[in-house]
Amino acid sequence: MSMTIDKLKEIREETLKHMNLRGLPSDRPNAPYKWSVAICMETSCMSSKSPEIKRRLLDLIKRDGKEGEIEVVGTGCFGLCEAGPIVIVRPGDTFYYHLDPNDIDLIYEQHLLGGEPVRDLIYPESITEDGYLSYFDIPFMAHQERIALRSSGHIDPEDIREYIAFGGYEALYKALVEMTPDEVIDVVTASGLRGRGGGGFLAGRKWRATQASPGDEKFIICNADEGDPGAFMDRSILEGDPHSVIEAMAIAGYAIGSDQGYVYVRAEYPIAVERLEKAIGQANDLGLLGENIFGTDFSFDLEIRLGAGAFVCGETTALTASIEGRRGTPRSRPPYSADKGLWGKPTMINNVETFANIPYILLNGAEAFKKIGTANSPGTKVFALSGKIKNVGLVEIPMGTTLRQVVEEIGGGIPNGKAFKAVQTGGPSGGCIGPEHLDTPIDFDSLTEVGSMMGSGGMIIMDEDNCAVDVARFYMDFIADESCGKCTPCREGTKRMLEILIDITEGRGDETSIPRLERLAKTTELASLCALGQTSANPILSTLKTFRDEYEAHIKEKRCPAGVCKALTSYFITDACIGCGLCARNCPVSCISGERKKLHVIDTDQCIKCGLCYDKCPVNAIVKK
Amino acid sequence: MVSHFNQEERQREIAAFERDLERIKDGRGMLMHALHLAQNRFGYVPSDVQQIIADTLKVPLSTVYGVITFYSRFTLVPKGRCDLSICMGTACYIQGSEELLKETEETLGIKSGETSPDGNFSLSTTRCVGACSLAPVVTVNGEVHGRMTVQEMKKLLADLQQQYGSQSESDEE
Repeated sequence: MSMTIDKLKEIREETLKHMNLRGLPSDRPNAPYKWSVAICMETSCMSSKSPEIKRRLLDLIKRDGKEGEIEVVGTGCFGLCEAGPIVIVRPGDTFYYHLDPNDIDLIYEQHLLGGEPVRDLIYPESITEDGYLSYFDIPFMAHQERIALRSSGHIDPEDIREYIAFGGYEALYKALVEMTPDEVIDVVTASGLRGRGGGGFLAGRKWRATQASPGDEKFIICNADEGDPGAFMDRSILEGDPHSVIEAMAIAGYAIGSDQGYVYVRAEYPIAVERLEKAIGQANDLGLLGENIFGTDFSFDLEIRLGAGAFVCGETTALTASIEGRRGTPRSRPPYSADKGLWGKPTMINNVETFANIPYILLNGAEAFKKIGTANSPGTKVFALSGKIKNVGLVEIPMGTTLRQVVEEIGGGIPNGKAFKAVQTGGPSGGCIGPEHLDTPIDFDSLTEVGSMMGSGGMIIMDEDNCAVDVARFYMDFIADESCGKCTPCREGTKRMLEILIDITEGRGDETSIPRLERLAKTTELASLCALGQTSANPILSTLKTFRDEYEAHIKEKRCPAGVCKALTSYFITDACIGCGLCARNCPVSCISGERKKLHVIDTDQCIKCGLCYDKCPVNAIVKK
Repeated sequence: MVSHFNQEERQREIAAFERDLERIKDGRGMLMHALHLAQNRFGYVPSDVQQIIADTLKVPLSTVYGVITFYSRFTLVPKGRCDLSICMGTACYIQGSEELLKETEETLGIKSGETSPDGNFSLSTTRCVGACSLAPVVTVNGEVHGRMTVQEMKKLLADLQQQYGSQSESDEE
């Protein structure tokens, strides 16, 4: 079918009639539905049984013939994954959390049929004296502003009509019919949008370079090889709003003169792949991909290519090799992808989140986008907040928000009364930021200044129980394992750095350890072929900068202050012991002795340092030293 | 994922695989795609299948082998009926996934990257499945189990041993 603007508007109007309760730009009377129930269908909520909740609710509705009154929508991510599975009842955006599939029966009876929300199942922080806060008004959502995730949680990602109802594919129409390719690139450039995959390169400049590069065949690639551990922004966008990426890729194709795009996505994300496949199929059916889109002479096809578990494939030249069906090893640049990319042709590669911003920028203009964020880093950034933090989940904040606001206000602080130690950003290429830099605004340049980097958006919070040296060892283990082996500095340098770190954590560090680490770090940084090697020492350098005393404690005193490195940790029982005997009964090697109601003692020679006694003690009388 | 065929089933699977390959062979850069198809169908990429891929896509066998060994998702030995994977991403690591790995290795008597001799279990580690909000996570044949503790891991392993242990006995009958 060929698509016209009239048809697009018709689909929009038709679909909007049924979406009266879904946080739309305008209120629509004559609502067909009394209630709209949104159930999160994203990897995390799905593994907490959200599909079963949906099935059960649909069964109840069918049993009572309420299909005309209550709609059930499987949506993308709401953000507060910690509270999953999440169910939102509209109107009111009432926020049900941590639901068990059985709970939905009560919500159906009491809330949907009786009109009375089920207080016990509602997220506590949304309960106020005179009612219930909308999900979008809870403390977690404070400071957040959604551009890349604008439709996530509102629309059904598996239905292109709902994306269209939310203004989808209008930006593509605007670009193809009302703008020249140059004008499109001008808007993207003027918006100041910088690559969200980590590099922070100006998107508009990349588009321009590829457009200017001579060639009869050009390619657009979406980098969805989200390899940083602890990062799941791109997965959420693909699962919650795949069409925003498809639309943006078509716009980019028009701008640079390409008729073929590829999405390179990790095979570890089966749900994202499935939704994307479905979305591409629907866009093809409606004529929003394929030949002569909107009756113009612009044609664009999109294919999915699966990664196969190699971290280095997030690097553009390695990714390109992988799409060509080769080993994913990087090559030296120049030539840049804009000149010689996929199959030697000019190629423009952007990350998922970068693309997801494009339709917004085209529809609202560069100025509207620049109003958000900071001068050098306009717009928002999505972060995957995880680790030792209360509100684990996906947050989208304007650039310039401080780390403290994210940790304390959005994140809700550190659980179990523990102290904040560091926030890790930028994945294995990034670094740890200590408490003294918590007031740093989040933007590309500020994070680099404090020794880390923006990276793709993983933000992992560590508390006092995490050991800085162990974290550095963890990342180096990752990098050494993922190094592709093509260039010697990275292949050998990372292995040697890892060995030194293992020595330190196991008590074999000496006064040469830190200087050797620093020298290797420098060499690897200077001499490696690609960014994976060049940045591989960042986790060491940043922890050395902030937590040097911890390294020294491991080396000089053979002691792990956080009590993580087992070889350097001993357990002792203090006078607080009440002699309950719980520790002795749980000790797997029976090395704890003592009479009832008297102080117990650990035989440190026999102790295997499993930590079971430490966890079991009811009065916290056991300490790690 | 089936990796334990008898002779007749195997011939059928290979014929089906050749038909899949026929459909994609004219596309550009299809080697990775072909390997995904093989890995999904056979649970690994057997040497005769490598040869079929090389012949059909007209790439040297050495290239096929080179690509297989580069990517962690492709394997040269069959995966077990029950494929366990422990996430070693940062969020899972700092929430204690190393303890889960240790527990699993001890219980199953295999190390990460290995398959048990009876073909029941294979164990691997993965770098983040993107379910960090449920950290630490373990996947069993692709299904995510979140917020695991050593205690829960013990229970899960006991359940799986019962389920897959009995299956192998019935297969032998």
